[in-house]
Amino acid sequence: MPDEAALRNPGRGLGWRVRAMVAGRVVLATFGGYAIAALSTAFLSLALPMVRSEAVATATLLSFAVMVGAVVWVFSARTLGRAALGLAIPGILLGGGLWLAMTFVETVSPA
Amino acid sequence: MAWLHTWAGLVTGWVMFCVFVTGTATYYRTDISQWMRPELRAAAVEPGLAAERGAAYLKVHAPKAVSWFVSVPQEDRPLIGVYWLDSFEAPIQQAMLDAETGAPTTVRATHGGDFLYRFHYELQIMPVLGRWIVGASALILLVALVSGIVTHRRIFSDFFTFRRDRSAQRGWLDAHNVTGVLALPFHLMITYTGIVTLAFTLMPWGVASAYRGDELRFFVEAGQSPAWQAATGRPAEALPLAPLMGRAQAEVSEPLEMVIVNNPGDAASTVVAVFEEPKGLAHRHPQIVFDAVSGAVINRLGTLKPAAHVFTSFLGLHEAHFAGPALRVLFFLCGVMGSATIATGHVLWSVARAPKPGTAAGFGLRLVRGLNLGTILGLPIGIAAFFLANRLLPVALDQRATWEGGVFFAAWGGAAILGLLRPHDRTWREMGTAAALLFLAIPLVSAVTTDRGFDFVGFDAAMIAIGFALAWGARKVSRYRGSARARPAAASKSLARA
Repeated sequence: MPDEAALRNPGRGLGWRVRAMVAGRVVLATFGGYAIAALSTAFLSLALPMVRSEAVATATLLSFAVMVGAVVWVFSARTLGRAALGLAIPGILLGGGLWLAMTFVETVSPA
Repeated sequence: MAWLHTWAGLVTGWVMFCVFVTGTATYYRTDISQWMRPELRAAAVEPGLAAERGAAYLKVHAPKAVSWFVSVPQEDRPLIGVYWLDSFEAPIQQAMLDAETGAPTTVRATHGGDFLYRFHYELQIMPVLGRWIVGASALILLVALVSGIVTHRRIFSDFFTFRRDRSAQRGWLDAHNVTGVLALPFHLMITYTGIVTLAFTLMPWGVASAYRGDELRFFVEAGQSPAWQAATGRPAEALPLAPLMGRAQAEVSEPLEMVIVNNPGDAASTVVAVFEEPKGLAHRHPQIVFDAVSGAVINRLGTLKPAAHVFTSFLGLHEAHFAGPALRVLFFLCGVMGSATIATGHVLWSVARAPKPGTAAGFGLRLVRGLNLGTILGLPIGIAAFFLANRLLPVALDQRATWEGGVFFAAWGGAAILGLLRPHDRTWREMGTAAALLFLAIPLVSAVTTDRGFDFVGFDAAMIAIGFALAWGARKVSRYRGSARARPAAASKSLARA
């Protein structure tokens, strides 16, 4: 990220812009990363072609790798805007998929 | 990405250091529990009989409970543990019974190794809050690990480099790298599997979407838990437990661990025989469910589907119940290295930011130094005080187990306050010596206050080794700090952000 040079030399003092960008990434990584992981878990639990309990176990195991990947993405993207976009697109797709899955997959009857 | 590694490591490191240290100790939970109940000798009581003794106590003291749990005497705890739930919302209640008589035990009340085990994932605060703090810290640690690997481009050549005497900072960096990289597969494995153990607290959304939040139904369908049979409201006489347990044991090669009675006294009552884990990675207990009145087998749990098997294998990998003595030592040493990686990372952070001679340290640096002292030496001091309290508090003291925990937190808190007030190099040496003396005192105090003398050779040896290691490590910190400050500040400025 471009702020890297400034962060390397905190002795010179960080401008408020850099501080705000870093804070923005921390917030985006924490809540955005968790949101992506939560959406993917909820979606895959319904969508994976397995017995229901197996789908939930698989989706839950994957969720933490998804979250770590999302966090690393947020901190490695060139700008905060790109980082946000990179989370928003899969987030919208997963959200739409979840909405469809909740409409079509029966969740109350026992498997 | 270097700064991500540095800062993610710094903010979670104090919590994760505590989690690593108490988790590493938990590999020897049974040995710690044995040491903390020196009055107990192994008692050979037939498990079915012990279950009946426990049920007899519960029949008198918890006749209205929805569930009884009786854990039969184990090698590390030759007592009958009885637990009961008055309702699904009520907190679980418990009592410890003598294995021979079934009457409440008179041995010293202590949480034993369970205290450190529970601290490991709940921090001994409100359980849900503690789990979230530990889980979130572990997730950030996983990020720190992944970004640390990405950061470390020369991981292979640095692996063989240890510049002990080049400069203070280089030495700490290499110590951080060696302990971090040598056991890296362990660090990644233990952090990820640790998160998996808290999975349904941290990530309940799969159960929420596919099961509408009905977690019990998930565990039933996954074959990990028997289905709940609702009470009928009609009383019925249940069969004695010992013959049922005998029938169950005939089917399973592992020893019986616990007996659960659901809806005791009801016509729809069920009895579940829970056995110890079979050899293998997966953390799953074979279970046989009986109708308590007719004695018919309702269900047998044991084999799992692939994903559930992977899930439970991760739990098993984390807890290492499968490990024999040699492998357990390896896990323990890896845990020690994990703790050392975190501790050296924190010392490195503060050494790299040491102010030039003659200038005062800023608030942030002083805070980090104080927290480093209070955590890296404060926690061991708390643990040593906890062990000493187990020997020195009167056996008949009211609320004795709670007092032991109180001593743990008081000693740790005292050390932490001292560290924050005097975050100096000299405090490292003084507190390190104090911690070492406390650990060295444990075998002596134990020999004087109990009739077991030096029976617990392994435990005593471990305490002595920990004592010397702490004294040595703390001396290193105080010495290296001193020389780092004497050096021209420009000596290794490029490493400051390592």
